[in-house]
Amino acid sequence: MPRLVSHPDEVKVVSKRFGLGAAQIERYVELGGYESVKMCLEKGPDWIVEEMKASGLRGRGGAGFPTGMKWSFVPKQSAKPKYVLVNGDESEPGTCKDHLIFLHDPHAVIEGTIIAGLAIGAKLGFIYLRGEYRYLLQIMEKAVADAYAKGYLGKNIFGTESEFNIITQTGAGAYEVGEESALMESLEGKRGVPRIKPPFPAVVGLYGGPTVINNAETIATVPHIFEMGAAAFAAVGSARNGGTRLFGLSGHVERPGVYELPMGYNLKKMIYEVGGGVRGGRGLKAVVPGGSSTPCLLPDEIDIGMDFDHVGKAGSMLGSGGVVVIDDTTCIVEFALRTISFYQHESCGWCIPCREGTDWLKKSLTRFHAGFGEAKDIDNIQYLAENMMGRTFCPLGDAAAMPTLGFVKKFRKEFEDHLNGKPCAFAKHVDLAVV
Amino acid sequence: MNLETMTLFSPQLAARFDALVLKYPVKRSALIPMLLYAQDEIGYLSDAVIAEVAERIGITELEVRNVATYYSMLRFKPAGKYNVQVCTNISCMLRGAYDIYEKFQEELGIEHKGVTADGVFSLEEVECIGACCWAPAIQVNYEFHDELTPEQVAGIVAGYRGKAEGKAANA
Repeated sequence: MPRLVSHPDEVKVVSKRFGLGAAQIERYVELGGYESVKMCLEKGPDWIVEEMKASGLRGRGGAGFPTGMKWSFVPKQSAKPKYVLVNGDESEPGTCKDHLIFLHDPHAVIEGTIIAGLAIGAKLGFIYLRGEYRYLLQIMEKAVADAYAKGYLGKNIFGTESEFNIITQTGAGAYEVGEESALMESLEGKRGVPRIKPPFPAVVGLYGGPTVINNAETIATVPHIFEMGAAAFAAVGSARNGGTRLFGLSGHVERPGVYELPMGYNLKKMIYEVGGGVRGGRGLKAVVPGGSSTPCLLPDEIDIGMDFDHVGKAGSMLGSGGVVVIDDTTCIVEFALRTISFYQHESCGWCIPCREGTDWLKKSLTRFHAGFGEAKDIDNIQYLAENMMGRTFCPLGDAAAMPTLGFVKKFRKEFEDHLNGKPCAFAKHVDLAVV
Repeated sequence: MNLETMTLFSPQLAARFDALVLKYPVKRSALIPMLLYAQDEIGYLSDAVIAEVAERIGITELEVRNVATYYSMLRFKPAGKYNVQVCTNISCMLRGAYDIYEKFQEELGIEHKGVTADGVFSLEEVECIGACCWAPAIQVNYEFHDELTPEQVAGIVAGYRGKAEGKAANA
């Protein structure tokens, strides 16, 4: 069972029921659950969307798009059925927040899904979990069955005229399926390759119907917005960044864990106070602020508020909120290599710049790290990465290129030190088979 | 094939599949779960499994293969009874995942995607499994083991070996 952590600076909104047995439906109700959806049933779709807009909630999957706005894009009238799709394909390295939501608070996901359905006029929602999360899928399946038994799902939910159904779905191992259009493909029983946009899912989505796709954390946050009131929720965070965020602190930090902190919480404080500092009192080398696809920040760049705007201004992204701390014993070239190896493995191969780019970056970095690099390789790595940016259907190409560019630009000296046939002092795990 | 009389799967799984194809607005949405659940029972996606799944969904075997080859959890050769999957992605790597992985290689005497001679274990280096804050982490089949040290590896192997032998003795 994953360890829960706690810190006095935390503001527990989404995580307030963690560890309290709320996976049991009676307990969830006892703790105030399913009240928000009742309120939403009374007030109606327009009010729900306006409240969501006022809350300042932005998508927790990584892009940070305002959730209320996303919901408002779904056409009111549609010849085809509309759908809600919850993205629980949590796969971004450094990210494990949804893991805890499914484990401790599955009914919050169900309640948020119903509210999203009411807002857009959908009668069916899907909750898609990555295949590796089998035990969490079983928890979700039980929660859904219990909600049906209580009349919270199905026809006439909560004794009203409204109908809403939920289907849980398992993936089978694919990072790319976390991309919204690839997710729909996977749910339709196909290879998880992205669709060209436009049309956007809000207009033409799952089975061709208008579809709202939200990250599991976003959806689990929704009931809390109605419980607290949109204004109170917005006030917890920073400007244009409502609420809290489940930040995952991992890597070389003294007290790793998932901490719920207000949006805009200072990154330096998060590492040194909440996380107890760098493990073993070592020096800090770099921080990956929002999952492996976000460019790293240097120690003198971390005195910033952790919200979408401030991290963006610092040249990176808040992404999925996975903060990976890297100490000064780490070889950045090896770290860059491990990062690109992941994206090379996960590239679906649909777009050539991503398929070829990740492959060549992996080859170049492998050779470089093994001590067979040449000075021009550093520029080539940068050139390759720059030419992947913005040239693919989905953001996976960017996700691979961005961190690579960050490492090369910010640690050029360390790359240069690898030259002259000298493998780096920390070199350990190099697969020369691909060189 | 007449699915009512001939199936590769246990009666429970066959019944589950009968329901699964009716669950979605479109039958084909059952494909990926069906492949994974079939693999859980049979061990891998054999030609016969693919043929039956194709029949159940109403698509060609080629279409099933086209989809199945995309997903990294699906396999076309048997794995060990206990498939040890060691995450070595960044958060785990920083906390010693490669030491854990080497220890499993030593302990089991197999490499990436290898299977032990007795068929009890297989080993895989895998990408992020969503346990970054409890690193280094592994999965054995679907079971997570968090915050591991190399010293714990032998005990984990012994635990599963015991289970395998216990089951064999009962059989």
